[in-house]
Amino acid sequence: MEKTAKQKSGLLSKLSGMTDSNLLLTITVVVFILMYIGAMVFLGKGFLKPQAFFNILNENAALIILSCGLSLVMITGGIDISVGGVTALVTMSCAVYLDYHNGSVAGAMLLALGIGLAFGLVQGYLVAYLDIQPFIVTLAGMFFAKGMTTIINSDPFNVANEKFVALKNTRVNVPGMGSYNKKGIYVNAYVEIGVIIAILIVILMFMILRWTKLGRSFYAVGGNRQSALMLGINVKRTRFLSQLFCGILAGIGGFVYFLHVGSGAATNGAGAEMNAIASSIIGGTMLTGGVGNIIGTLFGVLSLSTIKNIVASAGLDQAWWTGITVAAMLCIFLVVQSIVVARKK
Amino acid sequence: MKKILELKNIHKSFPGVLALQGVDFSLNEGEIHALMGENGAGKSTLIKVLTGVYTKDEGQIMLDDEEVHIKSPQDAQRMGISTVYQEITLCPNLSVAENMYIGRNEALLQNWKKMNEGAEKILQSLDIPAKATQQLASCSIAVQQMVAIARAVDMECKVLILDEPTSSLDEQEVEKLFKLMRDLRSRGVGIIFVTHFLDQVYEVCDKITVLRDGKLVGEYAIADLPRVELVSKMLGKELDDLSDIKEKDKEEVKEDNSEILFETKGLASDQGIKPFDFHIRKGEVNGFTGLLGSGRSECVRAIFGADKVISGTVRKNGTEIKINKPIDAMKNGIAYLPEDRKIDGIIGDLSVRENIILALQVMKGFFKPFTKAEANKFADEYIKLLSIKTASADTPIKSLSGGNQQKCIIARWLLTHPEYLILDEPTRGIDVGTKVDIQKLVLKLASEGMSITFISSETDEMLRTCSRLIVMRDRKVVGELSGDELNQTMIMNTIAGGESDAEK
Amino acid sequence: MQKNKFQISNIFRNQIFIPLAALILLALFNLIMDPSFFKISMGQNAAGNPVLSGYLITILDYGSELAILAVGMTLVTAASGGQDISVGAGIAITGSVILRMLCGTNSRPDELRMPIICAFLIAVIAGMLCGAFNGVLVSWFKIQPMVATLILFTAGRSIAAWINNNELPIVSEPSFGYFGNFIPGIPVPTPFFIAVAVMIVTALLLKFTNLGLYVQAVGINAKSSRLNGLNPTFIKFLTFVLLGICVAVAGLIKVSRLSTINYSVVAKDIEMDAILAVALGGNSLSGGKFNMTASIIGAYVIQFLTTTLYKFNVKSTALPAYKAVVVILLVVFSAPVVREFISSKWKQFKNSGKMQKEVA
Repeated sequence: MEKTAKQKSGLLSKLSGMTDSNLLLTITVVVFILMYIGAMVFLGKGFLKPQAFFNILNENAALIILSCGLSLVMITGGIDISVGGVTALVTMSCAVYLDYHNGSVAGAMLLALGIGLAFGLVQGYLVAYLDIQPFIVTLAGMFFAKGMTTIINSDPFNVANEKFVALKNTRVNVPGMGSYNKKGIYVNAYVEIGVIIAILIVILMFMILRWTKLGRSFYAVGGNRQSALMLGINVKRTRFLSQLFCGILAGIGGFVYFLHVGSGAATNGAGAEMNAIASSIIGGTMLTGGVGNIIGTLFGVLSLSTIKNIVASAGLDQAWWTGITVAAMLCIFLVVQSIVVARKK
Repeated sequence: MKKILELKNIHKSFPGVLALQGVDFSLNEGEIHALMGENGAGKSTLIKVLTGVYTKDEGQIMLDDEEVHIKSPQDAQRMGISTVYQEITLCPNLSVAENMYIGRNEALLQNWKKMNEGAEKILQSLDIPAKATQQLASCSIAVQQMVAIARAVDMECKVLILDEPTSSLDEQEVEKLFKLMRDLRSRGVGIIFVTHFLDQVYEVCDKITVLRDGKLVGEYAIADLPRVELVSKMLGKELDDLSDIKEKDKEEVKEDNSEILFETKGLASDQGIKPFDFHIRKGEVNGFTGLLGSGRSECVRAIFGADKVISGTVRKNGTEIKINKPIDAMKNGIAYLPEDRKIDGIIGDLSVRENIILALQVMKGFFKPFTKAEANKFADEYIKLLSIKTASADTPIKSLSGGNQQKCIIARWLLTHPEYLILDEPTRGIDVGTKVDIQKLVLKLASEGMSITFISSETDEMLRTCSRLIVMRDRKVVGELSGDELNQTMIMNTIAGGESDAEK
Repeated sequence: MQKNKFQISNIFRNQIFIPLAALILLALFNLIMDPSFFKISMGQNAAGNPVLSGYLITILDYGSELAILAVGMTLVTAASGGQDISVGAGIAITGSVILRMLCGTNSRPDELRMPIICAFLIAVIAGMLCGAFNGVLVSWFKIQPMVATLILFTAGRSIAAWINNNELPIVSEPSFGYFGNFIPGIPVPTPFFIAVAVMIVTALLLKFTNLGLYVQAVGINAKSSRLNGLNPTFIKFLTFVLLGICVAVAGLIKVSRLSTINYSVVAKDIEMDAILAVALGGNSLSGGKFNMTASIIGAYVIQFLTTTLYKFNVKSTALPAYKAVVVILLVVFSAPVVREFISSKWKQFKNSGKMQKEVA
C-alpha cells in the first residue's frame, strides 16, 4: 500500500502488474483527484476554498466511520446493511436520553456504544457461529433498528441539552488553512469534532488492518475461508469479530451523525448503508472479500460526496439525481471489480 | 540413516469400507519416499491419518521413536508433520511472508519487519524465486506451492507430505520443485511424495511404498523396482498372468470395418490436454486408459463440450459438427456420464423421476414438458430395466446408495437414446454387483448398435468390455491397443512408457 | 401405531405445513384476543357501490400484491440462491411509468392519453428491463443477487421521480381506480382477482413449461445442469425478468389504489415482506427446491401478521421491528447448524427416554 504513490506516477504498463488492492486503490484516488480538479475548474470558486473540502469532511464524518465498518466486514467476506438503521436508532435513543431523561453527554456516548455493541454481538453470533447469510441477518437488523427508533419516539426533534449543543458547535480550526470572506476578513478553516473522531478511527482501522495479526486474518478469511482454516486461523472468531467491530463502528458513527445534525429522527441515516457500501466499493473493497483498504474507503467517501456536490452545483439539484448518481457509480465500480476478478482467470 | 517416522499396523475403516488394513510405513531422515497406489488403494486415508484429519482405529504412529497421538492438522504441524496439498491452501490475497507466518501463534502483534526478513531468508536459502512482500496471487502456481513448502520448512517440519503437488505444474515448474525437494532431502527432511506421474517418481524418489485395496503391497528401493513391475504392483496383476488373456466371446462381433461414427482431429480443451485424434465406430466399445490424472476424463469432456474446446474438429459420419456446449453434443446423439457423480451428475434434491427424465426433457424443449403420466412411465420403465432400488420414483436421489444413483444417471442418458454413450468411471465407488450389471449393460447396448466409450480405473473391467483401448500418459495419447495387444502386460507397458519404449 | 406416527411426520414434513401452522396460530391469537377481528360487514364505499369490509378483507386485499411479488421472488430465490431487494423501487418505477403514460407531461389530465392496458403493457416492459438489468449483473457478472439489486434499490425511487419530473400526477378517470380498489357491483377487492389471475398464469406456466424443473435444477446444482444441456446463466436471468413482470403488476395495483404515487413511500419495505413470504413458505433462501403454493400462502400470512399488528395499534413505522424478529426466528430455526443441534438433542432425549423405559 505504501507503494501506491510511487505506482500512481508510474506508467500504464505498470497497472497490469499491480495487486488487486493497489490497482483498485489507484483507480479510486485518480478518480477522486480528477473529479475534484474538474469541480474546481468547471464549477468555480466554491470548490477553491479550503473550507469546501473541509465541509465535505464535516458532512461525511459519520459516513466515513460507517464505511470503515463496512469495509472491514466486506474484506472478511461478509456484509452489514444495518448500519443506517443503527444510526437512526442511536440518534433517537441519545436524543431521548439527553432531553427527556436529563442524561449526560458521556452517558449518551456510552449508550451509543452499547447499542452498536449489542447489534454487533447478536449479528456477529448469528453470522459466524450459526452460519446464517449475513445479508439476511443484517437486513433484519436494519428493519429492527428502524422499527425500534419509532417505537422509542415517533417524532423527530432537536436536542436542547446545553452541554450537547456546546459540543456540537465546537469547531476545531485547521492550522494554516483558511480564506478571506466577502468582507475581506480572514476566516480560518474548521472541522467539527466528528471529523477528528473519524480521522482517528481511519488511522486506527488502517493500523489494525495493516499491522496486526487479527487485521491480516480478516484478509485471510475473506480471501479464502478454507485456506485460512488450514493455515490455523480461527475462522469463526474472525468473522464474529468483523461483524462485531462493524456494529461498534455503527454505534460510534451514529453518535457522530447525531453530533452533526443535533436531532433524533427516524429518517436519520436513511440510505447510509447504501452510501457506505458504495463508498467501500468505490474505494476498492471487493465484495467477494479479501481485498480492500481503509485509505481507499476514505477516498471512496470523498469521491461520492464530491460527485454529489458536483451534481448539485451543476444545476441538477433535484433530489433524485443524487440517488441515480450514487447507484451509477456503484454499478460502474461493481462491473470494474467483476472485470478485475475475471482478469485473473 | 535414522528412522524419523514409523507407522505400524494401521487400521482404519468407514461404514462398509475397510480403508486401511494393517498398513506399515516408515520414513528415514533425508529420504524422498513415494507413496503409490490407484484409486481407493488407501493413500489418501493413510495421509489423513498421519495429518490428524482422521483418527486411526488401530496401530501405532512413532515419531523419532516415540509414540504420538495426532488429533488435528494443527497437532500434526506442531509435531513437525506438514502437508502441502494439491490445491493451494494458502490465501492468495496476502503477501508471501504473511502466508508463511499467519495462524502460527496466538500473539496479537507481529513484528512485520522481522517477519519479512525471516521470510526473505528462507526463500533465499531454498532458492524460491519470490519476494517476501509480494502478493501471493502474483506468483505462479509452482512458486505458490513452494511457498507452502517454505512455510512447512520454517515450522521445522521433520516430515513433509506432498500430496500430488505437481498435477497443475508444467515441466519447468516441476523441475524447480524437484530441485527444492532434493535440497530439503540434503537437510535431513523426510519427504512423502504422492503422485500419479511415474516419470517423476523415478526422477526424485529413493523408495517406493505401494498400497492396494487398503493393504500394503511392499516397500522397495527405487533401483529394485522397474516401472512395469511398479504398475503391475499397483494394479495387482502379475506380468505373466495368463488368465486375463481376453476371452474370445461377444467382443468379436464388432467388426472393425463398420463405419466410423464420430471422429476428432487435433481436439484440445482449456484443461491442458495435448491435441488428440480419436474415432469410434458404430457398435464399438472403446476406452481411454491411463493412470489417474493422465487426462482420460478431459478427453471425453472435450468431445462432449463440457470444457471449453480451444482447437480441433469433430466429425459425425464424415460431416463436421460444431460442439460448443453440452446441448450441442446431446443433439448430435452423444451422452456423457460424468466422472464425479456427486458434483456433476446427480441433482441431489430432485426426485429420482426428475433426475431420470432431465436430459431428455431438456432436449425436447422448454415448452414441451412431459405429462406426469409420461414421466412416470419413463421412470418406472428404467427403474425396472436397470433394477434401481428406490422407495419410489418420488424419492430424492440423494437418499439413494451410490450404485443406484449411478444407475439413475445411466437411465437418464439411455432415455435420450444416444448413438454414442460416454461412461466416465461409471463403476467408481459402487458395489460389486452393480459393477457387473453395468459391464453387462455396456456389452448389451453395444450389440444393439450403440457406440460406447468406457473409462475405468480398473483395467480388468476395460479388458472385459472394450475392443480397443487408447492409452494416455501425462495428458497425451501415447498408444492404442486392440486385438491381441489387449492384455494387462501390454497395457502396463504402454502406461509405464519410458523403459519399455527404450526396449523397442 | 407405527403407521400413525408415519402420517404425522408426513404432515410435518409437508412444506405447506409451516405457513398454514403460522396462519392458524395467528388466527387463534386473534380469536382469543378479540373475535371481532373476523367480522366482515357489507357497506358502501364513497362511490356508493356495495363493498365488503373487515380485517379479513384487508388481508385479502393487501396480501394479494404481496402474493404476486412472492411468485416472482420464489423463482429468483430458487434459481440464484439470493433475493431481489429492488422490488419496492421497481414498483415505484413501473407505477411511475403507468402514470407518465396515462398523463403525459400534464399532471392533472382531463382525459387519459392512452388506454390503461397500453400503459400497463409499457410498464411491464419497464419492469422486465429492471429485471433484466439485475439479471445481467447476477448471471453474467456473477455479482451476489442482493448486492446487484442494491443498485436499483438505491436508484429506483429516484428514477421513478425522474420519469415524472418529480411531479405527482393524479388520474381522475374513475375506471383507473378499479384495479386497486373495487369494480362497481363486485364487493370483493380487485387485487384479489388480479392475484388469482397471476396464480393461474403461474400454475399454467409451471404445468405447461419446464420452468419449475429447470429453475430447481439450476438452483440445486448448476454444474450438473450445464452437463445436462441447460444454460444456468440464462435461466437465472429469466427468473429476474419474470420477477420484473410481477413487479409491474404490483405497481399497477399500487398506483391504482390512490390514483397517484408518492415516490418515497409507495411499496416501502415491501421487499422485506416478499422475502419473508418466501422464507415462511418453507423455501430455502439459499436456493433449490421451491413450493409456489407455500410461498403464496406465506404472503397472505405476512399480511395477516401486519394487519394484526395494525389492529393492536402498532404504528406502520414500527412494524419492521416486529417483522425483523419473525425473520430472525425463521432463519435461526432453519439454519443447518441449529437444525443439527436440535435433532441431536432430540435424539439424545429420545434415547434417554428409551433407556429409562428399558430400565423400568
